[in-house]
Amino acid sequence: MNSNLINFAYLVASIFFVFGLKGLTHPRTAVRGNLYGALGMLIAVVVTLLDQQVVSVEYVLYGVIVGSLIGVVLAMRISMTAMPEMVALFNGFGGVASVLVAGATLLESVSKGQVLTAQFTVATTASGIIGAVTFWGSLLAFTKLLEWFRGAPKFPGQQMLNMVLLVGSMVVGGLLVNDPNNTDWFWVMVGIASLTGILMVVPIGGADMPVVIAFLNSCSGLAAAATGFVLNNNVLIIAGSLVGASGLILTQIMCKAMNRSLVNVFVGGGQASGGVIADADEVYAGKVKSTSAEEVAMLFDTARRVVIVPGYGMAVAQAQHAVRDLADELEKRNIEVEYAIHPVAGRMPGHMNVLLAEAEVPYDKLKEMSVINSTFSQTDVCLVIGANDVVNPVARDDTSGPIAGMPILDVDKSRTVVVIKRSLSPGFAGIPNPLFAADNTLMYFGSAKEAVLDLIAAIKEG
Amino acid sequence: MEIFVTALTVFVLAVFVGFEIITKIPPTLHTPLMSGSNAISGITLIGAVLSAGSQHTALTTGLGVAAVVFATLNVVGGFLVTHRLLSMFKRRD
Repeated sequence: MNSNLINFAYLVASIFFVFGLKGLTHPRTAVRGNLYGALGMLIAVVVTLLDQQVVSVEYVLYGVIVGSLIGVVLAMRISMTAMPEMVALFNGFGGVASVLVAGATLLESVSKGQVLTAQFTVATTASGIIGAVTFWGSLLAFTKLLEWFRGAPKFPGQQMLNMVLLVGSMVVGGLLVNDPNNTDWFWVMVGIASLTGILMVVPIGGADMPVVIAFLNSCSGLAAAATGFVLNNNVLIIAGSLVGASGLILTQIMCKAMNRSLVNVFVGGGQASGGVIADADEVYAGKVKSTSAEEVAMLFDTARRVVIVPGYGMAVAQAQHAVRDLADELEKRNIEVEYAIHPVAGRMPGHMNVLLAEAEVPYDKLKEMSVINSTFSQTDVCLVIGANDVVNPVARDDTSGPIAGMPILDVDKSRTVVVIKRSLSPGFAGIPNPLFAADNTLMYFGSAKEAVLDLIAAIKEG
Repeated sequence: MEIFVTALTVFVLAVFVGFEIITKIPPTLHTPLMSGSNAISGITLIGAVLSAGSQHTALTTGLGVAAVVFATLNVVGGFLVTHRLLSMFKRRD
């Protein structure tokens, strides 16, 4: 096939990608948008098979069949609660594919004795480093989300080591650019970058996960764009940079929602950044009021507006269906129910939205922080389910400490706050939450799912 | 150098297009956005097809085929998962 025709088809594919992403701006058009994206990909792949550089499609087809089978099985069998893991894993696959393509193209060009431009070698280096960091970083994030790898170990000199490794991989990349015929440098560079990817994610855990996932998402796009520079292929550059930009925006949104910089997430590793941390006993002593299902059910008798605030605890307990049943029960009694979603609630951007959508909660009931915050003062009962740091008023009042300045849901402004939580243990930030000791707060201790089910039973009885 | 400038132009403009579109995406759709855009980043598949199909040496073909497997997994799995996610967001009234 004529290369002009191929490039024309690539342009069509790129347009589909742009419209595909545009479709995702609204739930109504999103399914179609995703199909546009898939169609663009199909066009791009089919015309590539017709490229004269492709001598035989046999092996390509084997690869496509194997990849498709695994992809279909993974995508169809995965449960919605395991979505963060799945997204992390797929991110990684894109990264490793970029590394392999860059490596294969380098070997091929060198053995053909082609004159290698600076663009080619630098892009190969970038693709190798970014791709390897993405792959291993994502794999580690995957194991952490599955809790195969628990905790977030920190050791002295950790950041220094990561920095040295990252710079080291760049230096080896520089050697490759200087002497591209010595292709061993490529693999050494990929090896060091892989180690960097792993060690970078090791100290990160819990509530910082959404930032890391969004960041790796961006990297998988940038790796593809770098591969586009290697091959001088516009559709790779366009698609890769669209994804890179998308991941960067998400990363930025997540960072803002925690009032931290990206550097702080990777370097600070969630440690308290100074300030006096209040003593838990002092905050809670004698002020925490425990409640029961029956008592909360009575609160709902006089309530007209209820706001539900889900957090990671709801995801862990898989309580989303029970929560939806509770909301149905309340709505039957003419109570207005809305959900307040903090941007970093859960383990990936949009995590709570996905879980609640799975439980068939209409998406227009899920309210963003900026929208719902002004309505808490008109809310009779605010039900906090497994959330902690994102509702901690300390963030608003304090000027120092790990979550100072972080935007929070102002649940404490509601008439009554009911917190469903297993214990008074601190959230990811490791600080006590004065909300639990507030005059208008009732602690309803228990696992999210059982607590909500008991509550439904109590409402039905009452 | 000329080729590089053209490629860079395409890159920079596409980044701007990406920023413009994606800032309009509501938080509710952030997870599908991630998985959908991730499927698009599987576009590396094209490079993988070229490497696997050119059958230069056994090594480059092997690397290419491995890349085809990973990239296809990324593309097929990514679009399917996104489809599953999005079908939950349909209005049910």
